[in-house]
Amino acid sequence: MSVPHEAEIVERIQETPSIFTLRLRFTDPEIQRTYRFAPGQFNMLYLYGIGEIPISIVSDPRDDQLLDHTIRNVGRVTSGFAQLKAGDRIGVRGPFGRGWPMQQAEGKDVVVITGGLGCAPVVSVIHYVLRRRAQFGRLTIMQGVKHADDLIWREQYEAWSRLPDTQVLLAASQGGPLWPWRVGKVPVLFDEAQLNGNESTVMMCGPEGMMCASIPELRKRGVADENIWLSMERNMQCGVGKCGHCQHGGHFVCKNGPVFPLPEVAPLLGIRGF
Amino acid sequence: MSPRFLPHARLATLLEHLHERGFMTLAPQLLDDAILYRPLTSVDNLPHGVGVEQQPGSYRILHRDDQRCFAWANGPQALKPLTFSPEEILWQARRDAQGAIVFDAPSTKLKATAVLGVRSCDIAALKLQEAHFLDGVTRDSSFAAQRDSLLIIAVNCSHPAATCFCASTGDGPSCSSGYDLLFDELDEGFVIQSGSEMGASILAELPLASVTDTQLNAVELQQRAATLQQRHLPSRNLRDALFASLDHPRWQSVAERCLACGNCTSVCPTCFCHSEHDEPALSGEVSTHLRHWGSCFTADHSYIHGVVIRASIAERYRQWLTHKLGSWHDQYGRSGCVGCGRCIAWCPVGIDITEEATAICGEGVS
Repeated sequence: MSVPHEAEIVERIQETPSIFTLRLRFTDPEIQRTYRFAPGQFNMLYLYGIGEIPISIVSDPRDDQLLDHTIRNVGRVTSGFAQLKAGDRIGVRGPFGRGWPMQQAEGKDVVVITGGLGCAPVVSVIHYVLRRRAQFGRLTIMQGVKHADDLIWREQYEAWSRLPDTQVLLAASQGGPLWPWRVGKVPVLFDEAQLNGNESTVMMCGPEGMMCASIPELRKRGVADENIWLSMERNMQCGVGKCGHCQHGGHFVCKNGPVFPLPEVAPLLGIRGF
Repeated sequence: MSPRFLPHARLATLLEHLHERGFMTLAPQLLDDAILYRPLTSVDNLPHGVGVEQQPGSYRILHRDDQRCFAWANGPQALKPLTFSPEEILWQARRDAQGAIVFDAPSTKLKATAVLGVRSCDIAALKLQEAHFLDGVTRDSSFAAQRDSLLIIAVNCSHPAATCFCASTGDGPSCSSGYDLLFDELDEGFVIQSGSEMGASILAELPLASVTDTQLNAVELQQRAATLQQRHLPSRNLRDALFASLDHPRWQSVAERCLACGNCTSVCPTCFCHSEHDEPALSGEVSTHLRHWGSCFTADHSYIHGVVIRASIAERYRQWLTHKLGSWHDQYGRSGCVGCGRCIAWCPVGIDITEEATAICGEGVS
């Protein structure tokens, strides 16, 4: 297995009380210069003396300056990462896995559906489409959160909603006094979505329950299964399909995914225990 | 090269010759009431006259009336610990006073090792581990180095245990490939053949006699007898039958017996799951990143940001069996079970994979 490369935290952004973004640069200029990734791929981030976690890359692949990773403070390793500040050093292995089908989506509408914290892996898609606007059709962004306070990058969503050919639909299971969008789960957003089923590539990320509930809505609107792509999350330790923790049926999510076309994962999707 | 004969009394010449060629020899020895691979310093330490009786949840040493060294099926471990270490260092991270981190890959110097007494099922398992660890895109260099250091001296299995079912998986009891040398043991000695150039060059140096027709007949009878095993799986491909039975009540009933101890995955010669962890030194200046064997029977195995995907034992047993006998076909083109029966013998409550698979999939699945 390859060893990590050292990277420096150039900037640390507190997105919400429990979510933060680390902006990284490799300390070896040659690594920094040659490192390439695709939207939807992830890195293994190593915290000295503690261990590694898989974190998707949020930045735009065209931006060769910094590698952004958005992390939620939920466990032993992430709580360690939460204490880091600009100037601290970490290890980075990657990038790993299959990313989003950006080339296949060219010339078509792009529909991004996320739930919970799922937005991080697809934010790279949104940036990617917006920076290459002429290469894609309509962009539809559908995001569900548990509570109105969980929505990160709120100003960004508002800014995106004002762009031409872009529709932003947000829902919170629990709204609040200043929540201008829908209350409910992601499927409630479909009646407002202007979807051209035949012409759309759908990219979904988030809890499997949310993805399973969205699939019938997409099918009803004419989206073919092979144009529905999902980013799967499982325990990952090696990143190269060896450690076995991320297996989903015959797939190693880290290597064969984490992004899959629906037909590849449909048989076991949403079945408890897989 | 046609088979040759080596009497028991001359076996020491093989050991001496391997030593001269720079090989350390590992061989089965009786230790703590089990057959284990250990460095062999004298052929006297081979398990002469030792037999093993295995049953679900039971492994008992017997004493036999003959002087055969390999008249038993297997011990708790196959070749797996030799190519995929139970624990090994992946890298070391050194941190200086300014906080800069340097990563060092471990330097490995491996001694050429001859393993004597390898079973057909063990070779089949090694091939499956090679398929996993050495696949083209992400070759595991540590596994590759350890594999390359091994010389395989196989012995066709003459005494399968009651727990064995290699005949039904197609992985034994006799070897068809994957060895450097192959022995058939008779009461008076060994019928030997080579399976590689290295094996042939070793044979050329040994004081071998020609094989008699009587000996060849005895070998053939012995090989045929060893195929008559008590246990079997319903089919070599249970993938579709298992995934069509995810709601079968048997998952719950086996979960009520299973302790989720992970013994089965530890003794399984094909289970490849492992976990990584860091061991920081007390000085704070260095932290070692290691991998160690893992098990899908633990909660940690499927932990993901505050959620355990397989919280119940029923889900963990189902994961293990549907992977081993089912999704392994998708990954590596065959079942992940080689019929060695270790998971049956070393299960503390005697859960029998052949019985569970038959209960879930039915007998005679095609």
